[in-house]
Amino acid sequence: MSSILKLDGLSRSFGAVTVADSLSYELAQGEALGVIGPNGAGKTSMFNLITGTLSPDAGRVEFAGRDVTSQSAASRSRMGIARSFQVPQPFSGLTVFENAMIAATQSAGLTGHEAETLCLTVLDQTELLNKANKLAGGLTLLDRKRLELTRALCAKPKLLLLDEIAGGLTEAECKSLVQTIRDIHASGVSIIWIEHVVHALLAVVERLVVIDFGRKIAEGDPHEVMDSREVKEIYLGIEADA
Amino acid sequence: MDWLNAIVQGTLLGGLYALFAAGLSLIFGVMRLVNIAHGDLIVLAAYLGLTTTVALGVHPLLALIVVVPAMAAIGYALQRGILNQTLGDDLLPPLLVTFGISVILQNALLEVYTADPQKMNAGALETASFDLGGLTLGWLPVLTMLVAIAVIAGLQWVFYRTPLGRAFRATSDNQDIAQLMGLNKAHVFGLAMALALAVTAIAGLFLGIRTSFDPSIGGGRLIFGFEAVIIGGLGNLWGTLAGGVILGVAQTIGAKIDPGWQLLAGHIVFLLILAVRPNGLFPRVAA
Repeated sequence: MSSILKLDGLSRSFGAVTVADSLSYELAQGEALGVIGPNGAGKTSMFNLITGTLSPDAGRVEFAGRDVTSQSAASRSRMGIARSFQVPQPFSGLTVFENAMIAATQSAGLTGHEAETLCLTVLDQTELLNKANKLAGGLTLLDRKRLELTRALCAKPKLLLLDEIAGGLTEAECKSLVQTIRDIHASGVSIIWIEHVVHALLAVVERLVVIDFGRKIAEGDPHEVMDSREVKEIYLGIEADA
Repeated sequence: MDWLNAIVQGTLLGGLYALFAAGLSLIFGVMRLVNIAHGDLIVLAAYLGLTTTVALGVHPLLALIVVVPAMAAIGYALQRGILNQTLGDDLLPPLLVTFGISVILQNALLEVYTADPQKMNAGALETASFDLGGLTLGWLPVLTMLVAIAVIAGLQWVFYRTPLGRAFRATSDNQDIAQLMGLNKAHVFGLAMALALAVTAIAGLFLGIRTSFDPSIGGGRLIFGFEAVIIGGLGNLWGTLAGGVILGVAQTIGAKIDPGWQLLAGHIVFLLILAVRPNGLFPRVAA
């Protein structure tokens, strides 16, 4: 299987703070990858580097076989990279449906009836259909999270980046979210998922990467990685021999 | 009856001010850009209209067919070429750059058209009038008001009923997220400025038919435009129309009390409203 995304020696720092330190890994077409790491480890910055809102000091980002390091965020979005935000950022002055339509028309490049049909299908899938004409600014946290996912899906992504989308959800909500993400994955979309809710993550991803201080410190089978000494020491903050 | 007449004439004058202001309001609404060169762009449109009517021998209103697309093209080029580079977290660079553009435009117009006041000849339209319940209304002010209402209704429709308007609102709402959704911010802003200057073209033509103009009057038109926008509330297009009307009525009533008070009365009403409602009468954009 060819790789959909390849990070090659990505580095970026803000003064003394390093958010990415020669970060390299590949994501296979159709793979679901989980990313964990302590707060401030550079996980969200990694997404910013992939989507193009942050440019690296060094290194390259390859998407679908093309070097996209110098491409704008807008053109990467049109190529098929979509993301959700940890803190939902809807266009609050637009309705839920209009939010979805922006992604469908601008990012996925659909028009008219085709765009509307996609949005309605996705809104149905994310259980927002009955709120389609509400202003996004008035939604509850759960619905804002659903809208994040909706917008990302309406962009018809090849690669979906999920940033702590399960945080703050109840157990039941989390379960239905996991099912939705599984369905998306099953439809062939490659996924990178940053998540602190580890059991939700492990229910979906096939591989796990651990990041700390912008460096990849472990990578491999999710359960093996979770049991490894590095993760216990650095991510969970437990002395391995304590 | 005289007072009623002053109020009605002022209301109609407000239509012209709303046309001055609509472009400013649109630009501020979409990209938070305060365009100091707006008044000079109105004057530029008036001169382009003059050149078109003289060169082609057509009625000034027909010159719109040439001037509107010309100003839209200038707007897109100006935004993509210069203004986009000045936009950021800091409000100062766009202020300074548009101020510079204002100075350049004024001097270029002086160079090309000289300082002599000019006027467009609209024939019978300039003086034609009709009686309405004892008041005499000029066709030109009435037409100006109707066009202002149509322009604002049109802009409102574009904003809330079209994919372009959706893109404007999304970009205005959150530029960074808009880019992540595939919107090319530079292009969207270019289109917004093109639309704003298309409206400015209409404003310039009606200005040039109504009164004589010279390269130095842009600043005054800018002030009227600003006052109308701020009285109405930032980013609210119908509010801008209301702001224009309030300003127009204040000016004609001021002129009725004493002819020298026309401008002063407008400014005083503006300051009073600013003191009582700093966000304007119908604010849309939260400060």
